[in-house]
Amino acid sequence: MESQIDGAIRAEDVSRHYRMGEALIRAVDGVSLSVRAGEFLALLGSSGSGKSTLLNLLAGLDRPTAGAIFVHSHNLAELDTHELARYRRQTVGMVFQAFNLLPKMTLEENVELPLRLSEVERGERDARVREALERVHLENRRAHRPSELSGGEQQRGALARALVNRPGILLADEPTGNLDSATGEEIMKLIRDINQSSRTTVVMVTHERALAERFADRIATVADGRISSDGKRQ
Amino acid sequence: MKFGDLTELAVRNLREAMLRNSLTTLGVAVGVASLVAMLSLGVGLQQFASRRLASSGLFNAIFVTSRLSFQGFERRGSESAGSSASSEKALPLDESARQEFLKLDNVTEANPQVRFMTEVRFGNTPYPTMVAGVPESGRTDGAFDGMQGTFFSGASADEAILQMDFAKDLSSQPASLIGKDLVLRYAKRQALGTQPNSGISATANHSAQASGGGFSVVPEEKQLRIVGITESEPEGGFGGFGRIRVFIPLQVAEDLRATEVSDLRDVVNSAVSADRSYASLTVRVKNPTEVEGVEAAIKKMGFDTFSLLDTTRNLRLFFTVIDLLLGIFGSLALAVATLGIVNTLVMAILERRREIGIFKALGADDHDVQKLFFTEAGVMGFIGGVFGVGIGWFIGRCLTWGTNIYLKRQGLPSVDISAVPLWLALGAIGFAILVSLIAGFYPASRAARLNPVEALRYE
Repeated sequence: MESQIDGAIRAEDVSRHYRMGEALIRAVDGVSLSVRAGEFLALLGSSGSGKSTLLNLLAGLDRPTAGAIFVHSHNLAELDTHELARYRRQTVGMVFQAFNLLPKMTLEENVELPLRLSEVERGERDARVREALERVHLENRRAHRPSELSGGEQQRGALARALVNRPGILLADEPTGNLDSATGEEIMKLIRDINQSSRTTVVMVTHERALAERFADRIATVADGRISSDGKRQ
Repeated sequence: MKFGDLTELAVRNLREAMLRNSLTTLGVAVGVASLVAMLSLGVGLQQFASRRLASSGLFNAIFVTSRLSFQGFERRGSESAGSSASSEKALPLDESARQEFLKLDNVTEANPQVRFMTEVRFGNTPYPTMVAGVPESGRTDGAFDGMQGTFFSGASADEAILQMDFAKDLSSQPASLIGKDLVLRYAKRQALGTQPNSGISATANHSAQASGGGFSVVPEEKQLRIVGITESEPEGGFGGFGRIRVFIPLQVAEDLRATEVSDLRDVVNSAVSADRSYASLTVRVKNPTEVEGVEAAIKKMGFDTFSLLDTTRNLRLFFTVIDLLLGIFGSLALAVATLGIVNTLVMAILERRREIGIFKALGADDHDVQKLFFTEAGVMGFIGGVFGVGIGWFIGRCLTWGTNIYLKRQGLPSVDISAVPLWLALGAIGFAILVSLIAGFYPASRAARLNPVEALRYE
């Protein structure tokens, strides 16, 4: 699966249901959605609306109960676990609200991890890590552990890690959720810059309408596992 | 993920929980040490027994006799009696046969057993006893290990080594005998016709004349210098030097042409060879494992043979069973240690649940996660194995040390009862890794099966 192809995502009638005791939870329920290559889509919704579950499905971390998700014309629902892992390595990069940097590794080692998983040669790894850290302006913090970095720096580090394999798609799950507004805005500008400078497709989950309206090309509102509205930002 | 990266990450992860992983690794080390110490005892005792038996010279020797020997007088293989081989023309066991044996592959020596009655004169006192010729291999095969003095200076040196009991008969201070001379009086076999009449008449009072292709017997003397005194009795009796009290170089013994009991056979045997024939020859091979092949070849040539091959087989079987039992007991501690590995890795999965989720989100597949945990188990096994071999070796040395203190107090020579050969060291490390990988199988599989979404939610 090549990352340089258009980066378009198409979800067709995707559902993700699961049982909790006797109850059937419809976390995602019949969602159809298209994202163009290079587009910045914000999935807006309140807590428990199903937006993060939808993002996990797009990331290949979870499988739909029904429906199909096409990325570069491959249906994620039909990929085996090995192919799905390769999709996560090569096609998408993810950032999370909690940053999810490994605390026992330095920033540099955290950013290097996807390259190790992709079996990139050591010499090339060094250059790619340096390039990714320069892009998020953290080249001077490479030897620091996450606990020695501020929240904003950690999220920038997580962005560098998500981008180091040069994916066509960046998936961000509440990337500013753990940051103050100024730092959050800084991160959003960085994501927007990445989206525009390298035409990386961005799908961002957020519950902050203001941020979505300022930075996304398009906003899809999720409620009760369904897309309640989908359109260009106002 | 590449093996180098996996190992690097595994070692890093192990370092993160240093105390717990060190204790687990120590458990593996103790288990391996127990295994190695037990097996080192088995191996050491086997080597000790093998050395003692090898020094007897019996297990790489084939005793060859002619089928011309009197029926019932010599031991014969049951398979040769009445077989097609026995119906073939029986060959004399003479010098030409000896040379044929030496041409066989893996044969190092083919020597006659020269033993004869003698009277040793020392300080004008006669001591009747048996003399035997010792081949040059006696210098290196350990048969005279621990003797006082030195081995013969050469193959034809006029020197003698005395057995300790005999030396004590000669002197209350046996060690003082070294360097002194003794005289052998023996009956020399002389072919008839080499000294017509004169020999017989000159020695009429002392000789016996045989008829036919016979020989005369004349008394002779030989002066020898005592160079050594041995405590042990090389070859312990069978076909060798049993009850022998004086050892001289084989070449010297052969040149003496002393009359042996078997010479009577030559007198009455009409098929006597022009060469001197031997009652028996001892054929030595490089290694006990080659005895079987050489023995078959000699039988095919028309001679009777006997070896202790079956005895060595039983000995090996005995030690294999002993090693197996020691290995099983030694492995018990290692089995307990594997439970420690399972426990440590299961704990690690609980603690690193989120990390596993992050790995998977970044593109690790189930195999990567499984291999990472496997590698961690393998690294613990490897480190535990290396330390365990060292500790096991040390325990073995301590046991040898303690045993030797006891033996010394009992006035016995020291022995080496433990040995850690390379195969045991490498095998133990390999076994530790294998057992650790088996122990890591369940935790690794469990880690690999973790749902990444649930793992990422874990706080």
